[in-house]
Amino acid sequence: MTIRPSLGVAATAAIAALLLSGCAGGAANDDGEPAGTITVLTNRTDLVDTTFKDYAAEFTKKYPGTEVKFEALTDYEGDAKIRLNSRDYGDVLLIPSSNVTKDKYADYFEPMGSTEELSKKYRFTNEGSFDGTAYGVSTFGSAMGYVFNKDVWTKAGITTPPATEEEYLDALEKVKATGSIPYYTNYKDGWPLATIEGNLGTVQGDTVRTQMIDDDAPWTEGNDQYNIDGLLFDTVSAGLSEPDPTTTNWEESKNLLASGEVSSMVLGSWAVSQMQDAAEAAGESRDVIGFWPMPWKTDTGFTSVTASDKFLAISKYSKNKATAKAWVDWFTNESGYAASQGAISPVVSDPAPDTLKDFQELGVNYIELAADPVGKEAVINDIANEAEIDLFGNTYRQKLIDVARGAADGDKESVFADLNDRWAAARATVDAK
Amino acid sequence: MSTLKGDPALTARALAPISSRRRNRLTGSGTTPWLFLIIPLAFLIVLTYIPVGNMFWYSLTSWDGLDPDMEFVGLGNFVRIFTQPEIFQVFFVSLYYLAGAIAQLVLALYFATLLSFKTRFRNLFKGVIFFPYLINGVAIGLVFLYFFRPGGTLDALLAAVGIHDPGQWLGDPSLVNISLAGTSVWRYMGLNFVLFLGAIQSVPAEQYEAADLDGANSWHKFRFIILPSIRRILGLSFILAIAGALSAFEMPYIMTGGANGSETFVIQTVNTAFKFSKVGLASAMAVVLLIIVLVITAVQRRVFPDERGEES
Repeated sequence: MTIRPSLGVAATAAIAALLLSGCAGGAANDDGEPAGTITVLTNRTDLVDTTFKDYAAEFTKKYPGTEVKFEALTDYEGDAKIRLNSRDYGDVLLIPSSNVTKDKYADYFEPMGSTEELSKKYRFTNEGSFDGTAYGVSTFGSAMGYVFNKDVWTKAGITTPPATEEEYLDALEKVKATGSIPYYTNYKDGWPLATIEGNLGTVQGDTVRTQMIDDDAPWTEGNDQYNIDGLLFDTVSAGLSEPDPTTTNWEESKNLLASGEVSSMVLGSWAVSQMQDAAEAAGESRDVIGFWPMPWKTDTGFTSVTASDKFLAISKYSKNKATAKAWVDWFTNESGYAASQGAISPVVSDPAPDTLKDFQELGVNYIELAADPVGKEAVINDIANEAEIDLFGNTYRQKLIDVARGAADGDKESVFADLNDRWAAARATVDAK
Repeated sequence: MSTLKGDPALTARALAPISSRRRNRLTGSGTTPWLFLIIPLAFLIVLTYIPVGNMFWYSLTSWDGLDPDMEFVGLGNFVRIFTQPEIFQVFFVSLYYLAGAIAQLVLALYFATLLSFKTRFRNLFKGVIFFPYLINGVAIGLVFLYFFRPGGTLDALLAAVGIHDPGQWLGDPSLVNISLAGTSVWRYMGLNFVLFLGAIQSVPAEQYEAADLDGANSWHKFRFIILPSIRRILGLSFILAIAGALSAFEMPYIMTGGANGSETFVIQTVNTAFKFSKVGLASAMAVVLLIIVLVITAVQRRVFPDERGEES
């Protein structure tokens, strides 16, 4: 008898706890002095307990009374997308760019200032902006090209970067003759396959995205999209890639490249320092890892597209925007994160990283993609989604590799024709909306 | 109340003096079970029924997963599913898993029967067969990736018995689904095995003794004693196996991500929802899968009704 009332209370309390646990009290600190705790979402599960802890300590030293907590997400893009549906996605986060189109930035993130103003100080501001307002600051940038094992390539007699696709494939053939696997696709992990899309703009220039949304057939000779996927197709169909792509392994690929078992991979310059670390761990010199621009040389020389990695943004629902802003400023300007990654610093006045010294000797032209026209930012993603061609993902490229290695029906022409058909049909649907 | 088992007269006598108080208690005990049930029911409703209800609603919209506005498109998504052949093509892959599931049931039944009789190292074998079911799916995926890779464990094993260059277990599109279905069989057989074993062991020993007296051999015992006794659990396992084959997801998703022609219907649904931001269409696909499973279950129950179990 005496149990009943207290049981009822307990049940009610439990339900109340369930309902209320999402809410947290406290006054907002929008423009005051940095103070209190902020939560920072990050994708760097590898650094969160080491480098980032040191950053947090330094930040607290500069702004006493503040505390920075990190939440590292392994599947950052996927998890962050789901959390954006709630209001609980930390104070500072990385914009999950593959899911959130630019026109939605204002719904989730705090404006950081005008793009024009910010671009005087920071690189890559276009990418983190919508309609002239910046919502994100670049964490670091990198230039596209391919990492290769210098020892192997020198042994194969290649000491200058191939200027055309033919020369490049020829170089890979020579490498194959030395017994090394010339190219590694990273098919299984997938995301390294997605990064090759970063070469978009090498030939067509900085307005390539705008050109693509007006083009019914981007997979046509002379276009970047054709070059990027064509190079991959030709490499695989000539038998110049790993024999069984379905069992590749990214972490292992670093060691394979360092030891020379594999000789090259198309990646961003951010990968160079990771490959050098692997080389050092394998007892090789760091210099064994080289980085060259893509083999699409034009009259003006080699071109490399630079782009930013993820963007730091402040949650619109943050209760402590003052501290969040201070963290973004400090992380960008003072932490030295970009330099530690061997990457291009987001700060315009910072020097170029050592990892790109080959590029400097070759006089490579850097280009940064232009901002999409206002109102058209989401169009390229809309078309890609409608066509179910994951331009910035890996699924369609895995199918392309399957065809190239003879594991699926078709040839280069049929694959590209199918991609063009789907693209054109999706364009028509998206235009009609 | 259930604690007051035993002689009803005794119970009545014991309760008689406090019958007036008991009336109050009865009305009270009507709500008490519900209080206990509130939390599990709340979880069930919040985490199962509301999301499923939402899914039905999403399936009628062209929602992209983020947009605050959902555009109602009626049955457009369903029309699309049934008019785009490539969406249904992936059910072909399920046939591999269905074949695997049947092999799994047969093997599980075989081992369960064998190990329900006196066998040497019986408990060891039970453990060995059930163990894979306890391992986390991601771990199994990784282990089997190493097992299947060129020059990996399987190739080394085959080389030891003189078979060289057996082909790429995951790289060859004609082998990949067999390899993946095989992994699923290895993983889930233990569960069927334990279910069958439990059912077989509930058969009274006298029936076997009687059968022995009548001169039945092992096959007769299996056919006329074991099989009829476990037909309910067999029917259940069969439904689960078909549903599992149609909605195969975990093993192929971890091991190949659906690449190289190993894409199953659920992987396709997940990609549609989260890669191509078509949550509306993907919800419709999920609804279609749910309906297919319900239909198969209904057909199965019509063909093998389990009322027969009451004969015994």
